[in-house]
Amino acid sequence: MVPGDPALVIAGVDATAEDIAAIRARIGTDRPLPAQYLDWLWRVVRFDFGTSLTSGQPVTALIFERFGLTLSLALLGMLISLVVALPIGVVSAVRRWSFWDYLGMGFSQAGMAVPSFWLGILLLLALAVKIPLFPLFGSGSLRHLVLPAVALGIARAAVLLRLTRASMVEELSKEYVITARAKGLTERMVKYKHALRNGLLPVVTIAGIQLGYMLGGAIIIEQVFSLPGLGRLFLFGVYQRDFPLIQGGVVFVAFAFSLINFLVDILYSVLNPRIRVG
Amino acid sequence: MADALLSIRDLAVSFQGREAGGSRPLRGVDLEVGPGEVHALVGESGSGKTLTATCVLGLLPVPPARIEAGSIRFQGRELLGLAERERRKLRGRRIGMVFQEPSKYLNPSMRVGEQIVEALILHLGLSRRGARARAAELLELVGLPGGRQILRRYPHELSGGMRQRVMIAMAVSCEPALLIADEPTTALDVTLQRQILRLLLELRDRLGMAVLFVSHDLAVVHGISERVSVIYCGKIVESGSRERVFGRPLHPYTQALLASVPEASRRGTRLAAIPGTVPDAAHVPAGCAFHPRCPLAVEKCRLEVPALLDYAAGPPGRAPAGGEAGASSHLAACHLAGRS
Repeated sequence: MVPGDPALVIAGVDATAEDIAAIRARIGTDRPLPAQYLDWLWRVVRFDFGTSLTSGQPVTALIFERFGLTLSLALLGMLISLVVALPIGVVSAVRRWSFWDYLGMGFSQAGMAVPSFWLGILLLLALAVKIPLFPLFGSGSLRHLVLPAVALGIARAAVLLRLTRASMVEELSKEYVITARAKGLTERMVKYKHALRNGLLPVVTIAGIQLGYMLGGAIIIEQVFSLPGLGRLFLFGVYQRDFPLIQGGVVFVAFAFSLINFLVDILYSVLNPRIRVG
Repeated sequence: MADALLSIRDLAVSFQGREAGGSRPLRGVDLEVGPGEVHALVGESGSGKTLTATCVLGLLPVPPARIEAGSIRFQGRELLGLAERERRKLRGRRIGMVFQEPSKYLNPSMRVGEQIVEALILHLGLSRRGARARAAELLELVGLPGGRQILRRYPHELSGGMRQRVMIAMAVSCEPALLIADEPTTALDVTLQRQILRLLLELRDRLGMAVLFVSHDLAVVHGISERVSVIYCGKIVESGSRERVFGRPLHPYTQALLASVPEASRRGTRLAAIPGTVPDAAHVPAGCAFHPRCPLAVEKCRLEVPALLDYAAGPPGRAPAGGEAGASSHLAACHLAGRS
């Protein structure tokens, strides 16, 4: 079990033992853990996630208040990631072992090695402080989201780029590519019409999983850019031992992740006729 | 044959590899295919038969492969050294190709119709609509009635035999002068094999195209071909009409191949096998490449590469310049051919 007691946090440093006991009784943490758990579960199946111990607001309200920002950040980050990763990955595969391939792979290595908080700070220094193109912190407009989305997207792009390249290299070595060439198609048609369609399938799957993760909030990026997203909300919940908030958060993240996976599966079946049923 | 449709002379191909000097899977292939002729190219795996076909289409991966010498003339035009643009115009238009495993050689995520239509639009300049109509006709032509419905299908929704018919429809869509069929029946069961072979012959008659039939299966070759060329270690060792090659094989390798075909009439006797294995292309024996496995080999076989000579008239007359294969010729590359 998690160490720490929410009652101590709520009561503060000057509280007496009686005060603490009273708070424990009020929030129910004096009862046995299985009872607390079953009670929570019973409320959850009725979509009641309880109220936050620290703010007194319903957990669902807290989450949905911040979900908008996290969703925008995740979508924008994923968009940037795909826009960067797909073209470079495909070019790297098509011109394997060329200068462009090494450049792309170098970028990918760097993207994976660089911690995103450092990249975020660097972006802030360059594009918010030295050249004030973007706001330094805060949220509320698309311009606020650009830098955090770039910082978030680059790390994802590094992974997707390698995947795109590997997948395209594999597709280009398949037999149907020879058939396409034997038909007299131009290399462009062979590569971008025949191979690309199949080469993107694994990328869709992994990008979907990444998007699912991002919906749980990006703690580090949110911290660097002072964005009120889900990541910081949940982090705060952990600091404050706000159990209802943490539990609600976990359920929410799991649900969002499953939903995204489900949507990706549907998209995948549109792209890949082999797994279509009926 | 001055009016040969396809004439390959002394074609040599090498691959750069890990081994010093690389390998030389084609060591001077000579092959002639006449217009409308069904010509079988027979050999074991690794003998260079598919590679020869690949060279004709111009799909050799260069590098690591390199064409070292030789010529490929098609419809009187030299193909080697031709610009890629020009070669592309021939592929799918004048030379069609059917591959071994239709399940792998069809694009899994594209509808069958889309895959057939491509070449029609590209080479014949048909409109999308006209191409679809033509594609449906082609499917009927290859024995898939109700072609329109099949156009919408994906390869995985078709059976193996149907897929191979689709491949054939694709290959003959622009009515090529030459169809290269690389083991087109190997992945199919025996009943289907026969149907596909019959279809190929039918299409040959209707479209007047020549067929270069690449196979290791002598029974299949006997059923379909008019002329047969036998390839061993990247060199043609024997070439002639089906009757001559099957009836009076001159090369000990051809003889051994024929003896290893199971026949119902020889039931009860032990099936002959050729001792040893095909040498890999990096270590081809000196002299006649077959000599280590040949029961008749003499000293000369170890030292001298035998020339491909015409034995049709009896005494070995030197075949003029790389084997000008007249319709009645019977070429063999063996020091001992015609002796006994």
